[in-house]
Amino acid sequence: MMWIYEKKLQYPVRVSTCNPRLAKYLIEQYGGADGELAAALRYLNQRYTLPSKVIGLLNDIGTEELAHLEMIATMVYKLTKDATPEQLKEAGLEPHYVDHERALFYHNAAGVPFTATYIQAKGDPITDLYEDIAAEEKARATYQWIINMSDDPDLNDGLRFLREREIIHSQRFREAVEILKEERNQKKFF
Amino acid sequence: MFTTRKQYEPYISPFDPCPPIRVKTYVTAPNLYIGFQPPNLPQFPLREALMKGTLWKVFYDPYYSPYETKTKGDGS
Ligand SMILES: [Fe+2]
Repeated sequence: MMWIYEKKLQYPVRVSTCNPRLAKYLIEQYGGADGELAAALRYLNQRYTLPSKVIGLLNDIGTEELAHLEMIATMVYKLTKDATPEQLKEAGLEPHYVDHERALFYHNAAGVPFTATYIQAKGDPITDLYEDIAAEEKARATYQWIINMSDDPDLNDGLRFLREREIIHSQRFREAVEILKEERNQKKFF
Repeated sequence: MFTTRKQYEPYISPFDPCPPIRVKTYVTAPNLYIGFQPPNLPQFPLREALMKGTLWKVFYDPYYSPYETKTKGDGS
């Protein structure tokens, strides 16, 4: 397969306050266990070995997660690109700065680097889809906690959009389970 | 119909160090209730749907910080 890239964000990202501390929280959804990178890699990898009826769904959602990753990256970049080392220090970002300056990196809010151990592909369709449902619920909850910590209304607007997408993804994975449970068109073994 | 916020009252000890949070709220999103999406559900107009993150009214369940505004104190 191949991807077609559209040079625009899925949802317009606006940030109204210069608050690099919010970048520290947002990076959880960039390189954290339940973040958008983990989601994209999980689905785009699992899709190969799932029943053909649901491969397209994982392909679509995995691709959308890459678009979400890009939105988070844009938010983090906007919040840090003009911050002075002093402001970054106040935001608790000095360990990030000494390693990466203002570059983004795949780690969580506590600085733990991304690892493939965050995700699984078990080769058992129900197992994989249940992991995907759980992953979507964890991402939804993470967005809630970031919204609780943030006082930037424009940023929260974007986060609310992303959280809503997690609700839809969870719904679609739940439907995928229903499709795989379906008794019709199955050979009967008694 | 269903609600997407639930509440419970945790045990509160007379010796807790901080002022207690008497009511805890958690989210029960629409995807818990609907099963396989039935046909012909009401939709948002297209432009609105793009901003809300869903075409389907039944799945729209926005979250606001309980600390963001005084009036929405339950995370709904
Ligand atoms: Fe998702």
